Amino acid sequence: MDILIATLVVGVIGLVLGVALVATGRKFRVETDPREAEIRELLPGNNCGACGYAGCDAVAAAIAKGEAPANACPVCSSGKAEQIAAVRGVAAQAAERHVAFVRCGGDCEKTSVTAQYAGVADCRAAALAGLNPWACAHGCLGFGSCVEACQYDAIHVVDGVAVVDDSKCVGCGLCAAACPKHLIELIPAGKTAAVRCSSPDKGTEVRKLCSAGCIGCGICAKQCPDEAVTLDGTLARVDNTKCAGCGKCAEKCPTHAMVLTK
Amino acid sequence: MNSLVMIVVGAALVNNVVLSQFLGICSFLGVSKQMKASLSLGGAVIFVITIASAVASLLYTFVLEPLSLAYLQTIVFILVIAALVQMVEMFLKKNSPAIYKALGIYLPLITTNCAVLGVALTNVQNGYGLAESVLAGFGTAVGFTVAIVLLAGIRGRLDESAVPLPFRGAPLVLLSAALMSIAFMGFGGIS
Repeated sequence: MDILIATLVVGVIGLVLGVALVATGRKFRVETDPREAEIRELLPGNNCGACGYAGCDAVAAAIAKGEAPANACPVCSSGKAEQIAAVRGVAAQAAERHVAFVRCGGDCEKTSVTAQYAGVADCRAAALAGLNPWACAHGCLGFGSCVEACQYDAIHVVDGVAVVDDSKCVGCGLCAAACPKHLIELIPAGKTAAVRCSSPDKGTEVRKLCSAGCIGCGICAKQCPDEAVTLDGTLARVDNTKCAGCGKCAEKCPTHAMVLTK
Repeated sequence: MNSLVMIVVGAALVNNVVLSQFLGICSFLGVSKQMKASLSLGGAVIFVITIASAVASLLYTFVLEPLSLAYLQTIVFILVIAALVQMVEMFLKKNSPAIYKALGIYLPLITTNCAVLGVALTNVQNGYGLAESVLAGFGTAVGFTVAIVLLAGIRGRLDESAVPLPFRGAPLVLLSAALMSIAFMGFGGIS
């Protein structure tokens, strides 16, 4: 009997509150821009925050008001951005699709583990304490802080190094923000050259520690017909705005640190 | 009269909700990065806690106690607080967009702030009536605002100083909060 009364009381309170909420909702309805709801429908709706707003609702309101561009959502495909632009009544700026790229290729085979790390299995924790079990001080720690950050199951640690699944990656950049080693960058999707190494060490040092590292030989820079590849000290860098994706640099790279993405 | 003043002072300083009862720590640490945001949150908390303690007190005295269902207080208070915050939000959105804008995202966030529920439950525990509950709620919320604004000020200063790498970010904030908590123990003598 007691249970029934308790259930009834809570049920009635819930019902009263529900009715009151509906009533207040009706009474205090604020006319919002109808485009706001339409834009909100087109957005992914998982509130990842990659756009810099408090969530999909907030960015939808900002786009409707014209405070944010139609392609403010970095996760939306360019097709979606066009639809959003159509709702808002402006022409879409071409939104190029970007994907994350891990600038380290030192997996278990190519480099080696020199110390046993027994702390919290999290890259940020290890980096904060200055600990690194790998031979190379600049490479991927492989504890998967980026994997945790990814909401799209697009990055995984394979053989001790993070690998991006281009088909799933939406280019939101959350993994790049999570990486304490700043190894992940966003590059244009499609064919482009990229260096799978971040070690600024001298060639001989790099070669001793890792067989996949960039040794700064400069062959790539000489091969490039578009002058997209330059040497920054002893580390090759690709200017993705100039790279035409011919792949000559990747072909000639002695350590295969230079790769051509698909 | 004197005892009512003591309730406000006691709730705001002596039993400071954050620094001596350790409630609402999440927003205390999360929203104290900027002075402006912490002031907004403080305003929203004062608003919500004061109304919530009034409603919770009425509900307890006139519904739960007569039916001897006092053990349902937690679940009922959660229900009421969540609905209340929603209503307040809708009301503000329509009638005073300026306040609604100023409080922004913080208003709905308070729904899940344990300080609100904590105050309602503490009031019942202390056997407060309606007036005492409202005053205690108001005092607690003022205490929360004082604490979060002070921490925001400290963090503002810390941002400009050279902090050793291992202490940057969360560790230093926790240390500052702990030192503030010790400082607030000094108010213990008032009661």
